Amino acid sequence: MPQTVASPARRTSIGDMIFEGLATGAGVLVLVLLGAIILSLFIGGLPAFRAFGFGFLTSDDWDPVKEIFGSVVPIYGTIVTSIMALIMAVPVAFGIAFWLTELAPAWLRRPVGTAVELLAAVPSIIYGMWGFFIIVPFMGTYVQPFVIDLLGDLPGIGFLFQGPPFGTGIFTAALILGVMIIPFIAATMRDVFQTVPPVFKESAYGLGCTTWEVMRAIVIPYTRVSVMGGIMLGLGRALGETMAVTFVIGNTNRIATSIFGPGNTIASLVALEFPESPAGSLKLASLLALGFLLFVISFIVLAISRMLLRSGAKA
Amino acid sequence: MRVSSYFTISALALALAATPALAQQITGAGATFPAPVYAKWGEAAKAAIGLELNYQAIGSGGGQNQILNRTVDFGASDAPMDGEKLKSGNLLQFPAVMGAVVPIVNLPGIEADQVKLTGELLAEIYLGKITKWNDPKLVEMNKGVTLPNLAIAPVYRADGSGTTFVFTSYLSAVSADWKSGVGASASVKWVAGNGAKGNDGVAATVRQVKGGIGYVENAYATQNKLTTTQLRNKAGSFVKPTLAAFVAAADNGDWKAAPNYAVSLIDMQGATSWPIVSATFILLPKDPKDPARSANVMKFFDWAYKNGADIAKGLDYIALPTAVQDAVRASWKADIKG
Repeated sequence: MPQTVASPARRTSIGDMIFEGLATGAGVLVLVLLGAIILSLFIGGLPAFRAFGFGFLTSDDWDPVKEIFGSVVPIYGTIVTSIMALIMAVPVAFGIAFWLTELAPAWLRRPVGTAVELLAAVPSIIYGMWGFFIIVPFMGTYVQPFVIDLLGDLPGIGFLFQGPPFGTGIFTAALILGVMIIPFIAATMRDVFQTVPPVFKESAYGLGCTTWEVMRAIVIPYTRVSVMGGIMLGLGRALGETMAVTFVIGNTNRIATSIFGPGNTIASLVALEFPESPAGSLKLASLLALGFLLFVISFIVLAISRMLLRSGAKA
Repeated sequence: MRVSSYFTISALALALAATPALAQQITGAGATFPAPVYAKWGEAAKAAIGLELNYQAIGSGGGQNQILNRTVDFGASDAPMDGEKLKSGNLLQFPAVMGAVVPIVNLPGIEADQVKLTGELLAEIYLGKITKWNDPKLVEMNKGVTLPNLAIAPVYRADGSGTTFVFTSYLSAVSADWKSGVGASASVKWVAGNGAKGNDGVAATVRQVKGGIGYVENAYATQNKLTTTQLRNKAGSFVKPTLAAFVAAADNGDWKAAPNYAVSLIDMQGATSWPIVSATFILLPKDPKDPARSANVMKFFDWAYKNGADIAKGLDYIALPTAVQDAVRASWKADIKG
């Protein structure tokens, strides 16, 4: 909400000036840092862009022996796992936030809310290990064989559910990512739902609205921008997540048609291949170029979300 | 304030002095494959000759980079560096210790070293050409063992690794299809299967997936009691992955003919040789910035050659033959500026 703030009283002293300088410096530092990171990634990746040209973006080949590198497989894996994770996480997170702000008994709100925040603080390696040792065997033994048998032979969509039940794969990675980002999104949603002025809700209840109608007609429209922000925060974490994904995605540089098939993400591929990439090699350049592309993807996601929000605000 | 920091410092100094002698530090970085044995050697050498090894297992490629930039005293690499690069980086390369790579499987009811495999079959499995454990080719090789009707789930190292370099070198040596289609490197373009991170990741994945097959360093397989297999060697006989078989392969290596000690111990002659054995290498600058530190590195490995064989054996690594050790010592004298 744009508000006019009265200008501060002009009483400059040395201390004020130093403080102003430091604060400005801190603000500028963020911009410089961001620019420097993007620039160094781009320069590092330049040999790869030069060697493969536009083909780097369109080739699904990743062959360290012949030194042919393309980015389609990790980009595809990154986007598909993140979107699937969002599809799983957003409804659950919404449910948590809805329950915590509107339905839960007052004495339960605080402990459950704290628990959600704690979940957000769990390091990703823990999710990775949990995924690898608990979820992967469970998926491989029960879920995947069952779904593959049930849906694998269906005409039309059967190809989405075929292949050997390794337990790992795109779907498992998305599931872990989904669990990881639920607390982020839920915590943000809860916080912003609480910012709705009670008088709005009370008026709606006074008109005879149900809880759900209040949620749909008052709370969500009022908090739409911040809710999208929370979802984007989750998406941002999902796009860049490395360790948890590495454990469960199967790490292949091929595009599988099945959602249970293995894949790779940009962050995971870079982490895995970086130690064995000699300085000055085309492989190292390609990995840096991938890092640059991840930056670009994150930027595009952010830009799209801003655009959506702006058009939503106008309507 | 000053007093308390004085006490901290003197306490620290006391703690340092309490370690035997006054340990001099040498730093190294690189290969993960020999890291366990370097760590043990480091402990023992600290007690024996007062040299403290600070070794960081950052991967062979990383080790090569670090020593080319001279940020460490020595680099370590599983794959030998090529001659051109050694020359331009002005580096001396010598072997430190040897190890073996073994296939592991997960087949219900089948015990260690029961299944017999050949390099060609391994290549076909990893190429996705053989997809069932009861494939006629596998059944024919394994008379007397009941192979189940299970899909084969090949597992490979997803992270770039020296183990993968050794394994794919072997597959390239025995299979023309593998050589032309995939090749040998620390990471390759895998055709079939799933990737897992690290030796432990491969082992855990194989353990979890029925019908799984993978490859790990022998030390890892022995310590975790994994189900290994037999392999057919060049002489045509099937061998089990035992220390004797690894030593036999190492003894058949032609160390003298190999430039920069980059000897291949893959698919060696000899009826008892295990076919996937490899040396791991140390890279040392020929014109050290600080000759004293390089001298300490040589002192460390000299000590390890003389006294480290038992430690290596205990971890299922193979010490270098004495003749090779002497040749390396001669190279140190000839090539490193003191």
